[in-house]
Amino acid sequence: MSTDFSSLRSDIPQLTREVHGRRLVYLDSAATSLTPRSVIEAMDQYYERHHSNVHRAVYLTAEEATAAFEGARKDIASFISAPGGAEEVVFTHGTTEAFNLIAHGWGARHLGPNSAIVLTEMEHHANLVPWFQLRERLGFEIRFLKVTDDFRLDLSNLDELLHGASLISFTGISNVLGTVNPVAEIAKRAHAVGVRVVVDGAQLVAHHPVDVEALGIDAICFGAHKMMGPTGIGAVWAKRDMWAEMDPFMGGGAMIADVSLDGYVPAPDNRRFEAGTPPIAEAVGFAAAIRYLSGWGMSTLQAHEEELAAEALRRLAEVAPGRLRIIGPSSMDQRAGVISLDLEGVHPHDIAQVLDQHGVCVRPGHHCAKPLMKRFGLSATVRVSFGPYNTSQDIDVLIDALTAADAMFR
Amino acid sequence: MDGLDDLYKEIILDHYRSPRNRGELAVPPAISAEGFNPLCGDQVTVYVQLDGDVISDIKITGTGCSISQASASLMTAAVKGKTTSFAYDRLAVFKRLMTIDDTPGEPVNLRELGEMAALQGVVQFPARIKCAILAWNTLDQALTQSPQ
Repeated sequence: MSTDFSSLRSDIPQLTREVHGRRLVYLDSAATSLTPRSVIEAMDQYYERHHSNVHRAVYLTAEEATAAFEGARKDIASFISAPGGAEEVVFTHGTTEAFNLIAHGWGARHLGPNSAIVLTEMEHHANLVPWFQLRERLGFEIRFLKVTDDFRLDLSNLDELLHGASLISFTGISNVLGTVNPVAEIAKRAHAVGVRVVVDGAQLVAHHPVDVEALGIDAICFGAHKMMGPTGIGAVWAKRDMWAEMDPFMGGGAMIADVSLDGYVPAPDNRRFEAGTPPIAEAVGFAAAIRYLSGWGMSTLQAHEEELAAEALRRLAEVAPGRLRIIGPSSMDQRAGVISLDLEGVHPHDIAQVLDQHGVCVRPGHHCAKPLMKRFGLSATVRVSFGPYNTSQDIDVLIDALTAADAMFR
Repeated sequence: MDGLDDLYKEIILDHYRSPRNRGELAVPPAISAEGFNPLCGDQVTVYVQLDGDVISDIKITGTGCSISQASASLMTAAVKGKTTSFAYDRLAVFKRLMTIDDTPGEPVNLRELGEMAALQGVVQFPARIKCAILAWNTLDQALTQSPQ
């Protein structure tokens, strides 16, 4: 039984736009996803009726704002099946801040000259740079899982790398290759030797159903704007015992139990990780996005996006045969709807510029994964990435536009 | 596709497909500088052979999009055999051509720029301005560090 996704498209106001006189064909969901009307309306409603600072106030609208903000935390917890519920979810400003929180909150307490962590060659800079910054201060070792020639994590020396390490942090789905990594298997092998497991869920949580307990991981970082929510908010889920091993990363209002001129005492609960006024309207939008995704069902959306990716892979083989190379797995086995390509003789920026004139939004560049680009001898790729609102017609326009770009520069 | 024709003029595509003055010069006696576009990974190296105040030879290596590579090629053609002060003057004029703000100033004399004027359309595509300017900034860097 196939689902009709046409009503989903009509939920997205931006899809009614024209660019350069053409229908907007949005194929950049790995960078950020388009926003449904219900998410925009939820945030409008918040600002029109309930806006107040959360926590501590006793008047009605502040109670409403607090209930909406804390309700969003509960919705996020149940969306990823957090075993400990909302108390295990901490809001951040996005996936990047989430990694900074873990690196500085957990890493600063546990890492030093005689310790090591494991990352991979396919990580986004958000899961590399915070660790590099911390290493400059503490001098620990960073080991890297390699990527194979067929665009998978090379697990052949995983046990060796894990030996003596205290944490492994890796992506669930590569934002460049589309590779879906074997999260549960890596987590199991890491836990067998007492290594903490952190997952970059920026793509994974946005495109797959996620059950953190079934994956057997200790923490996951993700952001709302890649899952049809607003920019400016993300979250970390971590197991209760992992939070207990972490120190606050940012100080300020809201995160304290007591402050005097002698010093401060952090809040006893996870509020100690949320300094300052949080992004409240964004949390409301985040919850609305989760309701929207859940209304369709993450498995349904995943299947839809994978069907589109399979069709795109088939049809891309028609464009410039022998010169167009897919930088990622060629089959849909353990693969998501992120497709990077390299067209011999035509620079990604030029391709993207011509595609823009056809109304097609794709991303040229290194996708914040420079070590991965280097691994494959590239400085940039063109990345096509699907969201729930894409259709076969979008692929038709993409193929025509790519053919035109190739003809122009060859 | 009017906008695209403005950007990808035939002269630009020609310089992209058949870049002038590609290659390296031995350093020393030549001087060189390397320029990066950190956002897109483009990279150029500019080699300059100075004979007194004259750029007697110039070569370029690197990778990048059609705009950055064509601009580099056009630049070498424009400054080869000319004085460094001529090169600085062209750099200033080219940067004015690539400026989006419309603060009043002397209008750019396109005729003075010769073939380089073909890059005029780039200014309609703000994301690509940095591509067009990369080689020029790198030349600037090479000349500035030259022991004079």
